[in-house]
Amino acid sequence: MDPFHPEVVAFCCRHCAYAAADLAGGKRQPYPAAIKIVELPCTGRIDVVNILHAFEDGADGVLIAGCLNGSCHYIKGNLYARQRLDYVHGLLGEIGLEAERARMINISAAMGVQFAELAGEHVETVRALGPSPLRRKIKQGEAA
Amino acid sequence: MIVAEKKPLDAIARMLDGCGRVLAVGCGTCVTVCFSGGGKEVATLAASLRMKRRMEEGKPLEVTEAMVQRQCEWEYLEPLAEQIKEYDAVLSLGCGVGVQTLAERFPATRILPALDTLFMGLPSAQGVWEERCQGCGACVLDKTGGICPVSRCAKQLFNGPCGGSQNGRCEVDAALPCAWHMIWERAEALGMTESLMAIEAPKDWATSRDGGPRRMVRDDLRLPAEQGQEGGE
Amino acid sequence: MSQGNAAAEPAEAARKSGGNLERALRQGHFAVTAELGPPRGWDAAFVRKKAQILKGWVDAANVTDNQAAVVHMSSIATGLLMIEEGLEPIIQMTCRDRNRLAMQSDLLGAAAHGVHNLLCLSGDHQSKGDHPGAKNVHDIDSIQLVAMVRAMRDENHYQNGRDIPGGGPRLFIGAAANPFADPAGMRPYRLRKKAQAGADFIQTQLVYDVPRFREFMKKVVDLGAHERVAILAGVGPLKSPGMARHLRLNVPGMAVPESLDARLEAAVKGIAGDDKTARSTAWREEGKRICVELIQEIREIEGVAGVHIMAIEWEEAVPEIVKAAGLRSGTQG
Ligand code: SF4
Ligand code: SF4
Repeated sequence: MDPFHPEVVAFCCRHCAYAAADLAGGKRQPYPAAIKIVELPCTGRIDVVNILHAFEDGADGVLIAGCLNGSCHYIKGNLYARQRLDYVHGLLGEIGLEAERARMINISAAMGVQFAELAGEHVETVRALGPSPLRRKIKQGEAA
Repeated sequence: MIVAEKKPLDAIARMLDGCGRVLAVGCGTCVTVCFSGGGKEVATLAASLRMKRRMEEGKPLEVTEAMVQRQCEWEYLEPLAEQIKEYDAVLSLGCGVGVQTLAERFPATRILPALDTLFMGLPSAQGVWEERCQGCGACVLDKTGGICPVSRCAKQLFNGPCGGSQNGRCEVDAALPCAWHMIWERAEALGMTESLMAIEAPKDWATSRDGGPRRMVRDDLRLPAEQGQEGGE
Repeated sequence: MSQGNAAAEPAEAARKSGGNLERALRQGHFAVTAELGPPRGWDAAFVRKKAQILKGWVDAANVTDNQAAVVHMSSIATGLLMIEEGLEPIIQMTCRDRNRLAMQSDLLGAAAHGVHNLLCLSGDHQSKGDHPGAKNVHDIDSIQLVAMVRAMRDENHYQNGRDIPGGGPRLFIGAAANPFADPAGMRPYRLRKKAQAGADFIQTQLVYDVPRFREFMKKVVDLGAHERVAILAGVGPLKSPGMARHLRLNVPGMAVPESLDARLEAAVKGIAGDDKTARSTAWREEGKRICVELIQEIREIEGVAGVHIMAIEWEEAVPEIVKAAGLRSGTQG
């Protein structure tokens, strides 16, 4: 059996997490290879359906990385993202996927080390949950 | 507007058991502005249903997304006429009227409701909708300061508040304002409390749903041919 | 029919209904009513036992109608058992469970069986009861019910205006009032509205806050409503400080001063905390004493024509309270 290489889509805000991820790389504190970064102008740009599509296309996990509370460049974008993630957690439950596969973190542009740590933590959570059942089923579907 | 919310996903999935191709149709009017049946909600539901079907290991479910401006008028459904034949079922994200309009226009296709239609109301705060009218067919808002005792008083009282009204809240649910508290305060503000002293006679519910399904006819607007068919005169 | 009895009494003593309650009020007595809660099942002995406890101590006793929106034996059926035991019932009827057809037919039936009194209520909402999925009716409201029954009795017609063959049922009509609910400004007017609709008597929500009740009654008297309708103040013995708190915090439209909790607490001073029975007895004794004092204070308020004693599932307390308050000796019916 193939060893499990989790894939986690990380929606990163340009003003904090995206820069933090860069910084982490520069400091030789690389974040895990499992993390696939999608740059956003603000986590408030995320819509429920974006997160669902990530899972539908086979992601094992989703990470939303926005600014620290109170520091959103657009005042409340990170708070909206948090509320939408809560809603997505409900939907994932209805679909039959573990809600823990989707997580939000709040960091600043200067927190490269923390970004790498928290991202690594989430990758481990996802690794423990195993491959997304949807991914398995995509493969089966392809094979069939 | 008409306010509706998504049914539990499992309930929708069970309606679609056995279906392979489904057309999910949203509506661009009321349910778009209450965030239950607009384009985004159609996409969200379509993705959710596809994933759920994959999890349940059935045959794959193909969900095509579509929008119409208004599901509650046959004319607006015409653009669906050709493609609809290719689907095992149509999942309507319209209100109950939209679902039925689709079913009437396309009698050969199974039309299924994805939403629970709740009430006629308004958004009272962002993300919050409240009921305002039950369509009783004989509006009394002139007598009650513009606050509806039929839809907003839990006991549909016409002569003042019940004994459970406290601090402006309804005894049924502290999240709800007491309609009669509001009616009284409004009357005080308008200097019209005297109008609430008269005893309001029992309502004639015949104009409401109690009189059976309702219908409105405006002869001046009808096509002459239809008039002839119907009345025979 | 009770025509034989009615003929034996003074002509004006019981004009509307022929019942005890009307007679007592008409003769200027300070009226006393109590409450009998029907069983959750169909145990007639349960009703008879409670009726025997109250009989002779009150002018009439209310029979609740699916109280708290929980299914109980029907109020009219329970009332018939009470009549058999010699206790006059006041049938409660809520607008929650019946439309105007059912109300009128039930009242015709109740009258045929010798029921003399009716209390008209909106009814607790079914969402608070044991069938929260039930559809409620609310075809007419409690004031419209009062007016409908008055027209049945005095004008011999149904709600639709058509004649009732043989005349309308002879019922003494009651309604409820809550002096402590909001909007406070409308409450005295609402009571007057009930009087204008044709209520013969009013029973109020439990009164624990006498100063507030006095204020309310002053407005009622200023409106002259007390001259059209007999007002019976609701009273009831507290069983414990917990009950006082519960009424204050959880029952909408209830005013219970905190000083009463303190009085109940003081009553168990010196009793060991684990002696539950002794504490409960001490609380109940104090609860009855408070109730008697309340009655004595309330009696002096202008416009009060009687008291309605609500001792829920504690009917035994009623005779003791009535006796201690000097309202009845218990020898006559
Ligand atoms: S009175 Fe009737 S028509 Fe008017 S708002 Fe209320 S329910 Fe609607
Ligand atoms: S509390 Fe107010 S809104 Fe609620 S049932 Fe009573 S009168 Fe109606």
